[in-house]
Amino acid sequence: MRFPYSETVLEHFRHPHNVGKIDNPDGKAMEGSPACGDMVAVYINVDPKTNTLSDIKFESYGCASNIATGSIITELAKGKTLDEAKKITWKEASDALGGLPKIKAHCSVLAIEGLRSAIENYEERHGLVKEKKPTTVEVVRKRLKKVMNPMAGLDLVRTNLVRDIEVKDGAVRVVVDLPPDHQFAAAIKEEITEKIEPLWDVKEVAVEFMA
Amino acid sequence: MLDRRQVYLDNSAVTRLDERVLEAMKPYFFDKYAVATSEFAYSQGIEAREILDGAREALAAALGAASGELIFTSGSTESSNIALKGVALALGNSKGKHIIVSKIEDFPVLHSARALEKQGFRVTYLDVDSDGFVNLDKLRDSITNETILVSIQHANQEIGTIQDIASIGRICGEKGTLFHTDATHTFTRVPLDVRRIPVDLITVSAHTIHGPKGIGALYVRQGTRIAKWVDGGFQEFDLRAGLENIPGAVGFAKAVELVTPEETKRLQSMRDRIIDRILAEIPDTTLNGHRWKRLPQNANISFHFIEGESITLHLDMHGFAVSTGSACFSRSLEGSHVIFGIGGDHERAHGSIRFTFGRYNTMEDVDAVVQTLAEVVPELRNISPLGKRNKE
Repeated sequence: MRFPYSETVLEHFRHPHNVGKIDNPDGKAMEGSPACGDMVAVYINVDPKTNTLSDIKFESYGCASNIATGSIITELAKGKTLDEAKKITWKEASDALGGLPKIKAHCSVLAIEGLRSAIENYEERHGLVKEKKPTTVEVVRKRLKKVMNPMAGLDLVRTNLVRDIEVKDGAVRVVVDLPPDHQFAAAIKEEITEKIEPLWDVKEVAVEFMA
Repeated sequence: MLDRRQVYLDNSAVTRLDERVLEAMKPYFFDKYAVATSEFAYSQGIEAREILDGAREALAAALGAASGELIFTSGSTESSNIALKGVALALGNSKGKHIIVSKIEDFPVLHSARALEKQGFRVTYLDVDSDGFVNLDKLRDSITNETILVSIQHANQEIGTIQDIASIGRICGEKGTLFHTDATHTFTRVPLDVRRIPVDLITVSAHTIHGPKGIGALYVRQGTRIAKWVDGGFQEFDLRAGLENIPGAVGFAKAVELVTPEETKRLQSMRDRIIDRILAEIPDTTLNGHRWKRLPQNANISFHFIEGESITLHLDMHGFAVSTGSACFSRSLEGSHVIFGIGGDHERAHGSIRFTFGRYNTMEDVDAVVQTLAEVVPELRNISPLGKRNKE
């Protein structure tokens, strides 16, 4: 038999580690959406004395690479300090899994982002954010790199769908190079709003489409 | 990996060749390999011509057509390309540049329409309802004096819904426009007789009925204006040049001969059993397509809160081959345009699984795959944040 994934990926897919939810977690994050076909939720508990991840769990709505990456990053991150855990890369996760297909990169990178976001969420909730940077066009663009273009399986920025970004007095305006009646317009709008709204100095988000 | 037994449930993608088809084809590779010649050439060529004409006649008869109305092609993709582009080339400059297709056509029709759009044709993509049916009033209203072709499939490749092509054909006839239907998945399984149903062009193929790959046909009603598709010699009534695939044609005719109403009934009972069992035994499942007006060999079900590639991989590891409308499964990473077409959301598209049955499947296969699904689906739902979110 010939499967599209390595033995390690298949093993983590069939028997994923650290699956589930932590009640009242110290930090949590949800990345992705059904629109892009994959979602990952990451829950963490932190030991404040050592600043390490004492517990970590994940949930996944997604394909095999998404599930396997969720499993492996929880293994890699457990017991690490927050700073160490934040530095875990997709490459490290992929290597630990014996390699992932390139075309599946976006499905698996969500888990890495979920881990980082859960740690950020913990830091924000515990007043550990060192400096509050003002939101700029560059900050917005960076966040838009986490919004998938469902047609291409790559993010909006890389597939040149972001026509314009404006940031003015806490109001962010994003212009997307798609017609308003496009199949994915509503889903993309929702995802952009979800990613930009939590920024500390953003008051409103407007997503516009090209006529 | 877990289970050695292989159960193939993707018979709408391709079917296993029937040995009897291969036996029928064999002589035309070895003893009788001559090219079909004119009736004034050597005897081997004349015999080849007669064999080809015999296969053509048998296939045409299966559609209630005359043998002069059927051209052989390399398969359904080519047949649909000829239908759309051949009509466009023949009528685009005289009658008009408007074509109508449904939104849920298979890619050969859909992408031919898109290609013609780039050449300056106007294409109407008709919506379908939640079962996948084209609205006949909307179709009637969409046809203008400029409309040269309506192309609406006989049954859908993914969700199996069978269109009312008799009514569609009548509307096209009243309005004076040509009607093409893609019958790739219905041919020999769902009745289609051109003496009773007003269709001008029909796409059929051998690969879905245990025939060989690489052979299909296009029915072209007598008198239909269509441009030459491949230039070269004068084969296929001067529409498609090229050396005739005589073993393929013979195999195609044999495959048609082997399909029986009893077999189709057997496939339908497998279809009904898998639909009934999954909907009854696995919660949060939705049937895609009409419950009865659907291909006898097709079941398509969405498993909510989970993603199709994960389901297919689990099934694969248990020995079952099925397909899904999930973006993750496809090369394009796009969710099924058919499920979106019937108003489904992303989650329904990504969680849709198509089971298609064929000659070599049994009722035990149905029960085995349902059993495996009953184990695998809860496992995946246990991992999914969606399932729990909806339970809370």
